[in-house]
Amino acid sequence: MAKASAGILFKFSRIDRRYIYLIILICVIVPLVAGVRMEMSVTAPVEGLYEAIDNLKPGSYVWLAADYDPGSMPELYPMNVALVEHLFSRDIKIICGALWPPGPPLAQRVFNELAPKYGKRYGIDYVNLGFKEGREAVMVSIAEDMKATFPRDFFGTPWDSIPMLQAISNLGDVKMIVCVSAGYPGIKEWVQQIATRYRISIGGGVTAVSGPEMYPYIQSGQLVGLLAGMKGAAEYEQMVGKPGLGLSGMVAQSYVHIMVVVFIAFANLVFFLEKRSKR
Amino acid sequence: MKNEVPVVVAFFTGMLMVVSLFIPHPVVSTPASVVRQWAIIITAFAYVLGVANIARISLHNVKRRQRDWQYKAALVFALATMATIGIALGIESGGVFDWIYLNMYVPMQATMFSLLAFYIASAAYRAFRARSPEATFLLVTAAIVMLGRVPIGEKIWSGFPGLTEWIMEVPNMAAKRGIMIGAALGAISTGLKMILGLERSYLGGD
Repeated sequence: MAKASAGILFKFSRIDRRYIYLIILICVIVPLVAGVRMEMSVTAPVEGLYEAIDNLKPGSYVWLAADYDPGSMPELYPMNVALVEHLFSRDIKIICGALWPPGPPLAQRVFNELAPKYGKRYGIDYVNLGFKEGREAVMVSIAEDMKATFPRDFFGTPWDSIPMLQAISNLGDVKMIVCVSAGYPGIKEWVQQIATRYRISIGGGVTAVSGPEMYPYIQSGQLVGLLAGMKGAAEYEQMVGKPGLGLSGMVAQSYVHIMVVVFIAFANLVFFLEKRSKR
Repeated sequence: MKNEVPVVVAFFTGMLMVVSLFIPHPVVSTPASVVRQWAIIITAFAYVLGVANIARISLHNVKRRQRDWQYKAALVFALATMATIGIALGIESGGVFDWIYLNMYVPMQATMFSLLAFYIASAAYRAFRARSPEATFLLVTAAIVMLGRVPIGEKIWSGFPGLTEWIMEVPNMAAKRGIMIGAALGAISTGLKMILGLERSYLGGD
């Protein structure tokens, strides 16, 4: 009897990977279709970013770095939406720029979605300066002369024709940098090049896989706060009070994580039984 | 000359960048700012070079009907189409370029990355084994972090998020900080060697 059940377990351990894919697919699709949501506790780095933005005076300027691409959209797009919701609701002016070529259209999609809701006008309350190649050189360059680095916006409008930019000459006129970052160049480089040198607050969001790398910067105070992965986005949505893609995605992610833990536990159980039977 | 001129250029530009960090006087900051603008322009040229190179290689592949030439043909077609539409019709929101970007490029790239969820689950099932004490330690930590990073973990045991944060803020940060300090010291040493002309591998060739 024991031998038979061990045999079944061994058979399961060599299961066709397509069954695993199917289980994961069900874990992802069912919660998304059902639209289930789960509340969660908010972690300190997320609270730090929320408070830093909440403490900015209405009318002050923020540089929004859209340094991400569609590959990281499931994690970073909900963050971008939640952050812009918060910034717009606090009447903070947004100057958006990107060091990743696919970033500006994604940021523009967020603006197109949210600007009418908050009655915000392009060029008055927010602007999209588009992409500029040059990585760290661009960061330092906008810190010293923003107009020389971005003489035109994403749509080709000259700097001098954009009303909200007439009060801006460099990053010194900006109260905070909010970076939505998928990798290099991203939030880490903003901290290294700008935070200490120009004494500007930096916060933002990264993918879950990059999150652990950012903790030293949070502890040193060089990052005022951080959203890591979809969980960070979901926590921020919860704080802003605008449930969105992050909170709905977290339930799917919950089931997938549980399944992965179950897979690992089961595979290791079989591994030990096999090892014992060989002895 | 072929080797000496780039080394001299690297020395002067490198030293200018280092000095401008410590001396914010216009005598230093103005030329440093000019050099940075040059760097941005030169990097932008790398894109032109990259596009030209990929187009050349792909066209060559298509002409000779080499392996997977159909993919290269699709690449050249997509490259030419997007460039033509972008230059001729502009890239404004709601335009053709924007529509193709949001409705074709975005879903295709997101699909590629979402496949990772399936591969990770399959790989974890097949390869993540407690073969040694170190592997067991890694496995248990990974399971705690996975549960602590999702709301359902909090429902199973309210201590999971706190334990996850502790793992991130203490052992993870200690390891990351060590790696970062080591990497920074390595970068400083390599940077100095390049500025002083001791490291010349970036020149290519011999």
